[in-house]
Amino acid sequence: MNNRIKNLREESLNAVNRITAERALLVTRFYQSDEAKGLSIPVQRAKAFEYILKNKELYIGEGELIVGERGPAPKATPTYPEICVHSLKDLEILNSRKKVWFRVDQETKKVYEEVIIPFWTGKTNREKIMSAMTPEWHEAYAAGLFTEFQEQRAPGHTVSGDKIFKKGMLQIIDDIRESIKSLDFVNDPRAYDKHEELKAMEIAAGALIMWAARYAERLDLLASAEENPARRQELQQMAAVCRRVPAYAPQTIHEALQYYWFVHLGVITELNPWDSFNPGRLDQHLYPIYKKQIEEGSISKDEVYELLQAFWVKFNNHPSPPKVGVTAEESNTYTDFCLINIGGVKEDGSDACNEMSFILLDVIEEMRLLQPSSMVQVSKKNPDRMVDRTMKIIKTGFGQPSIFNTDAIIQELLRQGKDLVDARKGGASGCVETGAFGTEAYILTGYFNMPKVLEITLNNGRDPMTGKKIGIETGDPHHFTSYEQVLDAFRQQLEYFMNIKITGNNTIERIFANNLPVPFLSLIIDDCIKNGTDYVAGGARYNSSYVQGVGLGTMTDCLTAIKYQVFDNKKVTMADMLKALAADFEGYEQLRFDLLYNTPKYGNDDDVADEQLREVFEINYNALNGKPNTRGGQHRVNLLPTTCHVYFGKVTGALPDGRKARIALSEGISPVQGADQCGPTAVIKSAAKVDHLRTGGTLLNQKFAPEFFEDDEAIHNMTKLVRSYFRMDGHHIQFNVISAETLRDAQKHPENYRDLIVRVAGYSDYFNDLGEDLQEEIIKRTEHETM
Amino acid sequence: MQGTIFDIKRFAVHDGPGIRTTVFFKGCPLNCLWCHNPESIGCEPFQSVRKIRLDDHLFDQPEKVGREVSVSEILNMLRKDRMFMEESDGGVTFSGGEPTMQPAFLKQLLIASKDEGFHTAVDTCGYTSRQTLAEIFPFTDLFLFDLKHVNSEKHLAFTGKSNEVILENFRYIIESKKRIRVRIPVIPLFNFIDDEMKNICDFLIPQKDNITQIDLLPFHTIAQNKYKRFGIANKMEGIKGLSKEDIYDAKKIFEKEGFKVKIGG
Repeated sequence: MNNRIKNLREESLNAVNRITAERALLVTRFYQSDEAKGLSIPVQRAKAFEYILKNKELYIGEGELIVGERGPAPKATPTYPEICVHSLKDLEILNSRKKVWFRVDQETKKVYEEVIIPFWTGKTNREKIMSAMTPEWHEAYAAGLFTEFQEQRAPGHTVSGDKIFKKGMLQIIDDIRESIKSLDFVNDPRAYDKHEELKAMEIAAGALIMWAARYAERLDLLASAEENPARRQELQQMAAVCRRVPAYAPQTIHEALQYYWFVHLGVITELNPWDSFNPGRLDQHLYPIYKKQIEEGSISKDEVYELLQAFWVKFNNHPSPPKVGVTAEESNTYTDFCLINIGGVKEDGSDACNEMSFILLDVIEEMRLLQPSSMVQVSKKNPDRMVDRTMKIIKTGFGQPSIFNTDAIIQELLRQGKDLVDARKGGASGCVETGAFGTEAYILTGYFNMPKVLEITLNNGRDPMTGKKIGIETGDPHHFTSYEQVLDAFRQQLEYFMNIKITGNNTIERIFANNLPVPFLSLIIDDCIKNGTDYVAGGARYNSSYVQGVGLGTMTDCLTAIKYQVFDNKKVTMADMLKALAADFEGYEQLRFDLLYNTPKYGNDDDVADEQLREVFEINYNALNGKPNTRGGQHRVNLLPTTCHVYFGKVTGALPDGRKARIALSEGISPVQGADQCGPTAVIKSAAKVDHLRTGGTLLNQKFAPEFFEDDEAIHNMTKLVRSYFRMDGHHIQFNVISAETLRDAQKHPENYRDLIVRVAGYSDYFNDLGEDLQEEIIKRTEHETM
Repeated sequence: MQGTIFDIKRFAVHDGPGIRTTVFFKGCPLNCLWCHNPESIGCEPFQSVRKIRLDDHLFDQPEKVGREVSVSEILNMLRKDRMFMEESDGGVTFSGGEPTMQPAFLKQLLIASKDEGFHTAVDTCGYTSRQTLAEIFPFTDLFLFDLKHVNSEKHLAFTGKSNEVILENFRYIIESKKRIRVRIPVIPLFNFIDDEMKNICDFLIPQKDNITQIDLLPFHTIAQNKYKRFGIANKMEGIKGLSKEDIYDAKKIFEKEGFKVKIGG
């Protein structure tokens, strides 16, 4: 990387995470103004978006090539008071907490106290949601049965397709006008709603062009005052780019990246959607433009690298917007889950790996930034050299890229009823979530604590952590005489809580559709324009809702322990097991030892243990899959925890697998920490017993000593390990290459490991930013030794 | 048919090409002072106890070192990783202990493995009969041959046996045109001496064409606890393990002669 990039990268790493009241203040001013009055909701939202872009501060950093920030400066992070409003106490916590802090200055607090809090209290979407939820929902939520994604962030989780790389906003406006023209007020009872939505979309598209024009003007101004002729020319060039995009389709790499970046900021300024929007199949989007430019000689390879590196830095400037309350613990990270996809297959199903794929891999390796995150899609059609190259980056130990199975992803999407070409254009986003890029709203709704359901089942509907009865009575387990009875009671209990979750989801979806449409995001995702319907209201071609199951490994081992120790071998009575759990194994140390060391465990390719995995999977799947959402789509299963397994562990008492109360649950579909004793092939074989193709994503984490990547031969073996898992339809695998010693040292001397990044359940994070319990867990996770 | 093994290790990536499963036979004719698996030397299985600490309690976990298994049991284990073997051009490695100590069992396993389509490797110390080797030749794709020293007296002092039979068998395998990968444990006081390494190298030079690779296995102290646990006298106690860097010069001796050399196998 050259000096310019070095400086930009360093500035980004050193920028202080802070809260800015800029957006909150602008959106408040808008809603207080006459301009906001008398408008339909979608048009009001679009006008608010326009107002923000018209009035927000512009930022152009020294030496920057790609311009635009969500806040007034890098890492100045806005808030979204229409979603939820931070209290002064929240701001104080953000300012002073040890990990993932955001500085809040006096001025911001003052604005909050005098303007934001008084105006928004009682009007936020979060309050609407909370007052609409049933008492059963509130009880289950408070007990930690599930979390709710949408209480503090907007429904997100979608990824750009190729549309913006082919169409300018002016063409998109033409499409909107066409759609308006074809409205049929006589026969379509929703014609007026569609009209207002489309009008809103047009305003939003125009707003982005206007914002780019503001940048162009400012860049010209800077150019005229610039003394260095090289930089002056650069600024003029950048101004020209901002005049071309987003209005017109991009013709150069510079225009393509700047266009995407404006769109990115548009999406995350309009609202704060989960998980952050991302460009998706970036190598596919850029390659045709790159090829043309190289052939005509209008760009050098060095310039391509420089632009991409400058683009990478922009992502890193944008920490995820900070939350309040329970979610501060459950998903506590600066990462906003932009997951750039590389490789995979083309629309026609052939190998999509191209020169740009390798360029992007070089950029990832050299930039070594937390954001954007990256992944490589591996199809059976992709060459080994692409995977080997990926392994060499993984070897450097910062947890990127993760590796996904394109062929599985396509089958998952087809099973959900998607078109084959749409499926091929898809990939994975966030942590591991399968989606049809550019055509799907696949909304994650919250994590679901499966082991907690078992805990409540073993207490006949009561939550032993609080003594409250929050579940249904599925029978006193003292009287259970067979394992099947336990399983059946668990099934009933899980269905009960899942239905509460789905009820909540279907209410919350409507609250968003009615109050907080996203006309800007709707421009990007097909077929919102054609349908005249918003992204959050079912306008997308495909509409899925996910509930992310957590603790599959823990759950499996719990059922195995009950089946194997209580019923099959009668080593312990149910009564004693229940007593031991109630006592958190105090006085039952031998039992706990036997549960941990002398009971079959998931992750060892042992059917005695893995059989229960299938049962848990089916119960969870049947309770959720196919249940309708309000957007014309269905609920689907995926299995990933982000960091929620730590939070869920904290609210869950002792469990039959020997786990003590409040310890983290297993993460993703990985075995319980330390339970896998037969090496990585056994873990993979066990994990392949999950029916990945019926999910929308699973997460398997494997930690390896660096020695496994020591030379080309070793790296190739790792490639083959992945290929084998994918032949068994595995969805995703990621490697942590690090030694436990290094991590211990990092705990002792965080100052020496400022840039130490590890992979935590689906994304990478700075080790120093992780909570101690998560740090401990990563250290504990089986390190497969080279012996 | 039954035999005695003491371990099966999956994802063995240092015992031959690709991803392999290694079956460790119990029983060895040598008694190397540095042995990393001292519990594998005796032929008979024995009962042991492993102490495991859980919170503040110490538990005794009974553990059997070595077990009788049938060919079909082992084959079931091998089949579990067929996918990985196929993808990586890996296979199965029979190691020990010394696999040729149980010649009939080894031969049956090799035949069964070839029937399954697995690539087969035999990791041997070379102290066996010519006839045993001849019997397994047709079913063995690769030999991993532990060549420790060319000086017979020193070999006797450090391994309990002199090396004439071993060197003879080495030549026999070479003459039979079987593929061979040479493994040299690099041991302080024994062969971690420039001249000694050069002598080993000189011995190998005429056979260069049939040697696919040389693995240098640096002495390490990872087995110390095993000696304590099983109550076996550790004659290498106090001697420091060697690092990769330590044996870099040794590696160069072989590389200079055109061998492909790897540290750690």
